[in-house]
Amino acid sequence: MAIKNVEQLQAMHLDVLKEIGNIGSGNAASSLSTFLQTSTDITVPIVRLLDFNETVNFLGGPENITIGMLVNIVGDIKGMMLYILEEEFASQLTGTLFGAPIEDLMNLNDMEKSLISEVGNIMSASYINAIASLTGMTIDISVPMLTTDMVGALLSVPVIEFAQVGDKVLFIDDGFTIGGKEIKSNMILVPEMDSLETLFTRLGVSV
Amino acid sequence: MGKAITVGIADLNVAKVPDSLVTYALGSCVGVCLYDNSKKIAGMVHIMLPLSTEAANGADNKRRYADTGIKELIELMIKNGASKTSLTAKIAGGAQMFKVASATFNIGERNVAAVKKVLAANGIRIVAEDTGLDYGRTQYFYAENGAMEIRAASKPTKTF
Repeated sequence: MAIKNVEQLQAMHLDVLKEIGNIGSGNAASSLSTFLQTSTDITVPIVRLLDFNETVNFLGGPENITIGMLVNIVGDIKGMMLYILEEEFASQLTGTLFGAPIEDLMNLNDMEKSLISEVGNIMSASYINAIASLTGMTIDISVPMLTTDMVGALLSVPVIEFAQVGDKVLFIDDGFTIGGKEIKSNMILVPEMDSLETLFTRLGVSV
Repeated sequence: MGKAITVGIADLNVAKVPDSLVTYALGSCVGVCLYDNSKKIAGMVHIMLPLSTEAANGADNKRRYADTGIKELIELMIKNGASKTSLTAKIAGGAQMFKVASATFNIGERNVAAVKKVLAANGIRIVAEDTGLDYGRTQYFYAENGAMEIRAASKPTKTF
């Protein structure tokens, strides 16, 4: 049976995605510790299947201003990943590396952009590498595209990609402890449906 | 002051005086507001994609698409007493939220083009437009006077 939309995924499939989330988050924690040169822990991520409105509510409502980093997934599987950071998280990052919080969320300077893109890269590559190493597939991600705006408007971009087939997105909720402070960021994964099928087939999970 | 009726993504609704309509955080989506000035009836649809006829897996939700979404809104407005020939339109959204390296994918621009095509086919004139560029917009539409108000992050509110 072909997967036509994410709602058809069963508990077993979700468990596989959660496991990928766990491995990815583990990778991310160790990479971030090295990059930020401070102890970084990530709690077990919560992986959910949410529709657009639920996702937006988890992210503070449609008009909440956040940073969004979008990457295209290319190679054996295709899709998009959107990494959402609140100002608090971004300021914790710049505080750790530059000793100062974000100056103006709407107009990030080049140093801030470069730092946030690098962290976003580490996060998305961690998940992608988890998938690649579990399946033996070749997967790459594009150069990240970074912007700050209303979270509803940011999320609509990958959701529109999804809208042709289904309503739900894969929502990964990561809790971090960086330098003793607990903060959260969110990764939203939007795979092409064909790619999801390829992924499960490779992992030996029937679809 | 009436109440503000929220129109979600891929959704639509109608408002009469003293109420208003609002849709939050339009990115590349387009918010289409229709107004019958003589009857003071306002309608709004928040579309996500250009044409249902181009949809790969068939048009599962008609309100997602410019053609079927606008058609349904016109029908609902007529049912509420509006006259099709007196409708005018104000539209907003269709931004490109992320700078994409390959410029083949600009869904915002395609959405705006599709909306204009559908409105023209229905003989509905566009009297105001705030589209394109690279930022999200929240759109308010008032039944009392047909005014469209656009709010964006760290930008002054604009009224059309």
